[in-house]
Amino acid sequence: MTGKARARAEGATILAAFEAAGAQPVEADILQPADTLLDLYGEDIRARAYVTADPLRGELMLRPDFTVPVVQMHMADGAEPARYCYLGEVFRKQEHRGARAAEYLQVGYEVFDRVDPVAADAEVFALFARLLAPLGLTPATGDIGILLAAVRGLSTTGRRKAALLRHVWRPKRFKALLDRFGGRVPVPESRAALLAGLAAGTRPDPGAPLIGLRTEAEIDARLAALAEDAAAPPVSAEEVGLLDDILDLAAPAPAALAHLRDLARALPAIAPAVERLAARLDALDARGIGVDTLAFEASHGRTTLEYYDGFVFSFHADRPGLPPVASGGRYDALTAVLGQGRSIPAVGGVIRPGLVADLGGLGPC
Amino acid sequence: MLKLGVPSKGRLMEQCFGWFAERGVTLRRTGAEREYAGAVEGIAGVGLVLLSAAEIPRELAAGRIHLGVTGTDLVRDTLADWRDQVAELAALGFGHADLVIAVPAAWVDVDTLDDLDAAAAAFRRAHGFRLRIATKYHRLVREFLREHGVADYQLVDSQGATEGTVKNLTAEAVADITSSGETLRANHLKVLADGLVLQSQAQLYLSRAADLGAGDRAALADLAGRLGVALPDGM
Repeated sequence: MTGKARARAEGATILAAFEAAGAQPVEADILQPADTLLDLYGEDIRARAYVTADPLRGELMLRPDFTVPVVQMHMADGAEPARYCYLGEVFRKQEHRGARAAEYLQVGYEVFDRVDPVAADAEVFALFARLLAPLGLTPATGDIGILLAAVRGLSTTGRRKAALLRHVWRPKRFKALLDRFGGRVPVPESRAALLAGLAAGTRPDPGAPLIGLRTEAEIDARLAALAEDAAAPPVSAEEVGLLDDILDLAAPAPAALAHLRDLARALPAIAPAVERLAARLDALDARGIGVDTLAFEASHGRTTLEYYDGFVFSFHADRPGLPPVASGGRYDALTAVLGQGRSIPAVGGVIRPGLVADLGGLGPC
Repeated sequence: MLKLGVPSKGRLMEQCFGWFAERGVTLRRTGAEREYAGAVEGIAGVGLVLLSAAEIPRELAAGRIHLGVTGTDLVRDTLADWRDQVAELAALGFGHADLVIAVPAAWVDVDTLDDLDAAAAAFRRAHGFRLRIATKYHRLVREFLREHGVADYQLVDSQGATEGTVKNLTAEAVADITSSGETLRANHLKVLADGLVLQSQAQLYLSRAADLGAGDRAALADLAGRLGVALPDGM
């Protein structure tokens, strides 16, 4: 068999196992409307997805993943609870020369269930761990919900929290904002001059007429926000330290949990998220996962496309340069964005059958 | 025949011809005045190809020309992993231009990329779409803004008169080439303090993809010696 045929055969085996686990097989169009994806992911998706166009439907993208169309399908007419599975190509434009594939198969499993999200997390992870067991992969887990809760729990302005939450998935930007809000870096000179002028009641004269769609009122609103921010005290060194501590946390799950419980004493806002992690570890343990050695990183999944907002996981082969064989996580907020007012807790993941085949295959599941 | 691609018209062509002439290599157009044909004199085995500066990166990458003169901006925006595809042999000292991010001068609240990012977030909430930045340098601008963590923007394509897009309400900001900043100022735009994406100038590039016969190697070594440029290892 050729590489593609072997990948498809592995994918079919995994899809059958997902069906046996109770999922309903679904299909998604390869041509997806570009505006939905652009609205969700921003300009970065253009660098990663193939963009095309036709005269009737306008700008389109070759499906860069299944999650968005599957969520849309479920939000439009799905029954609850629901489990879906799928198998098909995804297309990822590569900006660098090299061996990374621009089209490959994904086989996925998604659970929409509002009754017991922790159980659903454990169900997906345990299913993937069982199926992938023959390959001897290394799993890694994380929980973006803890970081989100920590930011929401800071004792600072709503505007600062919103700015940090917006950049949780851009680690460099997040750190720069935290440094600024924590008073760890000096205010840029131009900003200091602007603030001094505002404090004295003078609005700077640009010496140029206002052009473009952004209005005078929008500029004034931001000037007011800057003045308000300058008047607010910095985020305390203690709280910045707590966030740094969470961001750097990487340990076997039980040790990570104990450490997070310690942190929750100083930052009670994370306690519910930490107890969710505890409950998830119990649920994983009940499904036979060896949680004592399971790797946990609080920052895991922060650099992927920004829709995971809770439990995240991946499975890696011990081969340098190889992308994760499987990955997934919880994306409750995405269902709200695509649900036009409705939302449902959702978790899922994908396996790359091409990599499974390269690693020797699963054999009969 | 070793093929040298140079810009086919304008000041860039003249300055390019001048740079080679100073080093004893005469480039000249041949045939009728409007015909794009050329010759290299004073050195054997080298042919001249007159091309649009914008097409030279692609021709180098494809190996259809061995050497080419074009701007750093065009090579880096057009070619993925450009260092694997071409080698920079010499900066020619002309064609200087900066690729910069500029916003309306009346945006007194925006001076840095940090401000642009915050303004973009508020703009999206107010207008229901992402703040538009007009440019023709999609790869360079996107990579720059990603590196600096600017979100909630979109790039809109503008192949010319980019500075006018804000006034015409087809963009809120621009990323464009400027040398003196005059055109930006005349269009009521200002450059962000940390908005310099790339400092560009004309460069002599060597293709890593073009086949070199024995005669071509000799001609390349001869030409490099005459121009006083070092060739990368193995060339």
